[in-house]
Amino acid sequence: MQKKEAIDNLINRLFSGDRLAAARIMTLIENQSRHGASILSKLHPKTGRSYRLGITGPPGAGKSSLVEKLALEARKSNFSVGIIAVDPSSPFSGGAFLGDRIRMQNVTQDSGVFMRSMATRGSLGGLARTTQEVADVLDAFGKDLIFIETVGVGQSELDVVNAVDTTVVVLVPESGGGIQAMKAGLMEIANIFAVNKSDRPGSMELASEVEEVLNLNPENKNWRVPVTRCSCLEGWGYEEIFKEILAHREQVISSGIFKEKRLLQAEEKIKELVKASFEEEIWGNLENRKTLKKMAGQISEGKLDPFTAAGKFISKIKFSAEKKGSE
Amino acid sequence: MERKISKLVLRKDTPQKNCGVFNRKIKVLVAKPGLDGHDRGAKVVARALRDAGMEIIYTGLHQTPEMIAEAAIQEDVDVVALSILSGAHMTIFPKVQALLKEKGAGHILISGGGIIPKEDMEELEKKGIGKLFGPGTSTEEIITYLKSNVNLQERV
Repeated sequence: MQKKEAIDNLINRLFSGDRLAAARIMTLIENQSRHGASILSKLHPKTGRSYRLGITGPPGAGKSSLVEKLALEARKSNFSVGIIAVDPSSPFSGGAFLGDRIRMQNVTQDSGVFMRSMATRGSLGGLARTTQEVADVLDAFGKDLIFIETVGVGQSELDVVNAVDTTVVVLVPESGGGIQAMKAGLMEIANIFAVNKSDRPGSMELASEVEEVLNLNPENKNWRVPVTRCSCLEGWGYEEIFKEILAHREQVISSGIFKEKRLLQAEEKIKELVKASFEEEIWGNLENRKTLKKMAGQISEGKLDPFTAAGKFISKIKFSAEKKGSE
Repeated sequence: MERKISKLVLRKDTPQKNCGVFNRKIKVLVAKPGLDGHDRGAKVVARALRDAGMEIIYTGLHQTPEMIAEAAIQEDVDVVALSILSGAHMTIFPKVQALLKEKGAGHILISGGGIIPKEDMEELEKKGIGKLFGPGTSTEEIITYLKSNVNLQERV
């Protein structure tokens, strides 16, 4: 009971702009505290206003540096900014080295910016499992623009697409030419391409090759994916990227994609929560775990196969819902 | 109840109820305040802590106490670890401590290391700074110290 009051207090402090409270709530969400669900449902009425930007690309492409520059541009236009930067957790030790702050020194001092690092903690899609929820916290905290920087991705870690409204794919001149641009995955999800490190040779060629591939069959008639060049080292090009972001935002909002996306996200979220609580219900039940053990034993003895076992299991599932209800 | 799940699959198979305990990681902000640019020691320690299963937020060089305190707040860390080789430890440690207290984060353990004379270490410890480590310290010692001095209870 006392804890409940403390949490309500935290939430009120967050609404009044307390950064420590916001950070603490993010920790609770990230750690999947059992208070997480009630916190998020209390924050929910205040969410849905922020616009979310995904910054993705291969490791070392300069995503963090670009986020810093874009955040500075956003601040010039008086947007309040939230940043979530995701870096990988070790699959061996579970530890993580989160180094995105190093590149963001010029914005993290600004009181209009809140920056949070997250470790993937075993999630494989380029984001952490709770990145969207932490973005919701930033949303409730009143941030207009939320940058979500993924881990350095390969060709197919694309979770970011579902989490954001505009996706910027950051490439470097060494990212390979037109054939790479033809491939499915990363190259398909960009609303805007940024060829960073364009102070190096080859940037023009890459940009025009990517553009060429995009022109082969433009998917969206309302939005022509721009291929921009920039250099965070020399400090140019990102004003244009930010302009493209604003243009895309305009289009996303006016075409109804913004709302549609939130509808889809809500649907996915409900599905995910239902799945999680079913799993908890099923595997939290001792009888079910015993059946599982027994069946696994039979499979290893060659008396049963996993497919038949799953079918049998489903017909035998025990629910403890009635018992819980009477408590 | 036997529940031997390797770290790799823990996230998927742990019922949500217990997640609050299992998903709690020790978070450490590793920072280099001031002007000295020698961060090899900080990196060695950061790497060792990572391998011990902690989450390290590395801020890089040339941090002011204000930057460090603000980063510690936003990241909600358990430990602020400072590496100081420049001799400014008697100024910087108390400054960071004061800023954290002022921002309501007095619970954060401040530790660190570098070239710091023994007397100064003792004086800082008297002021409420955590243990400081000098050259030659084994990373094991630091890991053990942090693991036994960070409260893993959920903070609200």
